[in-house]
Amino acid sequence: MAEPSFLRTDEQQLLSSTLRELLAGTGDLDRTREMSLSVEAFDKVTWGALMDMGIIAMVSEWRPGSGEPSFRDVAVVFEELGRAMVPVPVLSVLMAATLLSELGGEKATAVRNAISDGSVVPALALFEDERTDDVAAGAVTAEHVEGGWRIAGTKRYVIDAPIADRILVTARAGDDAIVALVDTDAVELEAVHGLDATRPLGHVHLDVTVGDDEVLAVGGPEVERAVTVALDAGVVALAQEQVGGAQRCLESSVEYATTRYQFGRAIGSFQAIKHACADMLVAVEHARSAALHAAATIDDPFESVISIPLAHGVCSEAYEFVAGQNIQVHGGIGFTWEHDAHLYFKRAKASSLLLRSVSSSFDRLGDAIGV
Amino acid sequence: MNAERSASDPNGDERQVVEQAVDRLLEAHPPQTTEATTFWAAQFDAGLAFVDFPRGDGGLAASPRWREYVGRRLDEAGAPTWNRTANILGIGMGAGVLAAHGTENQRKRWLRPMFTMEEIWCQLFSEPGAGSDVAALSTRAVQDGDEWIVNGQKVWTTLAHLARWGMIVTRTDPDQPKHRGLTYFIVDMHAPGVEVRPLYQITGEAEFNEVFFDDVRIPDAYRIDDVGAGWRVAMTTLMNERVAIGGNTVPRGHGAIGAAVRAWQGSESSDIGVRRDLVRLWAEVEAMRLTSLRAAENRKAGTPGPEGSTGKLAWADLNKAVTALTVSILGREGAVIPEGYALEPTTYDTREVERVMSPQRHYLRARANSIEGGTSEIMRNIIGERVLGLPGEPRVDKDLPWTEVPRG
Repeated sequence: MAEPSFLRTDEQQLLSSTLRELLAGTGDLDRTREMSLSVEAFDKVTWGALMDMGIIAMVSEWRPGSGEPSFRDVAVVFEELGRAMVPVPVLSVLMAATLLSELGGEKATAVRNAISDGSVVPALALFEDERTDDVAAGAVTAEHVEGGWRIAGTKRYVIDAPIADRILVTARAGDDAIVALVDTDAVELEAVHGLDATRPLGHVHLDVTVGDDEVLAVGGPEVERAVTVALDAGVVALAQEQVGGAQRCLESSVEYATTRYQFGRAIGSFQAIKHACADMLVAVEHARSAALHAAATIDDPFESVISIPLAHGVCSEAYEFVAGQNIQVHGGIGFTWEHDAHLYFKRAKASSLLLRSVSSSFDRLGDAIGV
Repeated sequence: MNAERSASDPNGDERQVVEQAVDRLLEAHPPQTTEATTFWAAQFDAGLAFVDFPRGDGGLAASPRWREYVGRRLDEAGAPTWNRTANILGIGMGAGVLAAHGTENQRKRWLRPMFTMEEIWCQLFSEPGAGSDVAALSTRAVQDGDEWIVNGQKVWTTLAHLARWGMIVTRTDPDQPKHRGLTYFIVDMHAPGVEVRPLYQITGEAEFNEVFFDDVRIPDAYRIDDVGAGWRVAMTTLMNERVAIGGNTVPRGHGAIGAAVRAWQGSESSDIGVRRDLVRLWAEVEAMRLTSLRAAENRKAGTPGPEGSTGKLAWADLNKAVTALTVSILGREGAVIPEGYALEPTTYDTREVERVMSPQRHYLRARANSIEGGTSEIMRNIIGERVLGLPGEPRVDKDLPWTEVPRG
């Protein structure tokens, strides 16, 4: 296989620097810190700016094989978001839009357009317990009734549920699975405090009847496939976020190690600190390679079975390691609420858990490479 | 074609010049019927040994980016290329030193027989008292007319037992601070007073040697660069060494991780813990491979970044971890060393592209990965200071005359 290029295009470089500037202006970590005391952190100033810049439209227009925008363009956005650590529901936008485009149909397209122009903030209600990947295991069931579907049960760990307008729900319907669109007003929402409070989280209790036209798909393997594509996109987007966050942690450690003096020396002159930073660099660079490779090969059916779980495993572990070391390099100040280090540390752990487990990704990778 | 025209002539087509040189070489000396030494001599004379070197010195004065092209064409044609690994200290490092610091006479004398493998090279830097701190070395060279007289001891000298020439760094002015009083020579390993003793290592074999110098005479014509410029030349050598060790990209799933996968597949084990350890290491090795591809691409594009500095450190740690896991996968068989232990100097049966080593022996050999060519501790210092810009350690020896530096 010819290896795809790692180089960014001029447009991607421009997108990256423009976004970094924008997020530095709107995304204030003091405000993020404040918002993370609530269960519905949502930086609407940044959200509006991203909308104005066309970022939300761009992310929601991506679909497998679309070419324009490519996932490498989308990757630039997530890397910068991961670096800036602002609470905006762009991950849900990407995953919902991907799911909708995979399902197809008039209704799905209309919803996708509404996401694209910002009139609907979506959430994806897929999971039913702590670790099962099956998105229609039976905790939520759907039954065809007169003029629509009765959906009942509880979806758990729904990203962005507390701030969403509409929720895409998967449910078991006998031998089939369905995907239905549900208004947030029609469900009982149990918001929970996320370990990473910059990514709102909730359990969704359903006992609702939706019209036939709100059910976007009924089927078996095709629903499962569409959800897998959306999850893959989410995992690869998270990998970029993890790289952006880890890079920021490394820079923060190096800045601190250069300016903090003890024993009459900058602490970065001590090998204990210097070597920790060198190991952080190795982790960040490996993660960046894995994330870029996954972004570049997400459409390649043969390579993506390797590159996607590889990126999830490598980037998750790298971010957890680097974010943890960042606190250690900072010493006591890195442990305080006022410092930014904990925001990254929490994001690192949560982002490695919410969509897929690292061990399940390594198991998939093992299957793909014949181990 | 006008033979006088340089390949870098803006009016000439560099690609065409290189292509035609390869075509002509392969036509005149079909690799299948040409003896290796003859082929290499012809390759050198065709300017395809080091395509970026001057004409007459094994090059075509072309851009270094043609090196890859030439290598690929020769590989495809089945030409012998194992001189690059078998004489790695010469072709991988010495040639670059001669190109950067040597005189024309020196390049003419040494490059061709180095490339044809008629003369093997070794590198004489480390000493018992100068390991990571190689600038602290104490082997003395004293000028005597148009010769230098060398006394001292070197250690960890790969290939010294087979070498005809050695790149040696000596102390010529002990009253200067340590980096300043050094001078670099090429020494004839067959000269009177040179004694090579094998140094047996963890596997029982001796890849390395101790080399003793007892009143060895080196002509001043064999000095590389100025008297006192030895550190600068040594740095060129070490940079080439770290590229040679960390920069080689093996295809996905090859090398040590390939052996680990084969061991797992042959084991019929169903231990999911071991499986996950293996897959995690596979992933890390693959991320390292992708990083080295990314580094090469960025270098080519003229935008090298920090990703170009992590290879040697990452590889050392990973190779140790992978070989250790492979032996664990073998179960009780891992407690066997199939080759046994025999104290013998390495023969370098150079025709084997990849030397066949049992996983157990590879596991033992891998312990050196984080020591040879710059310890991992030194690599972390370099990354910390030169890549991340962290401040250096306070040094007690930097400005002291070498004679006053504490040692032991």
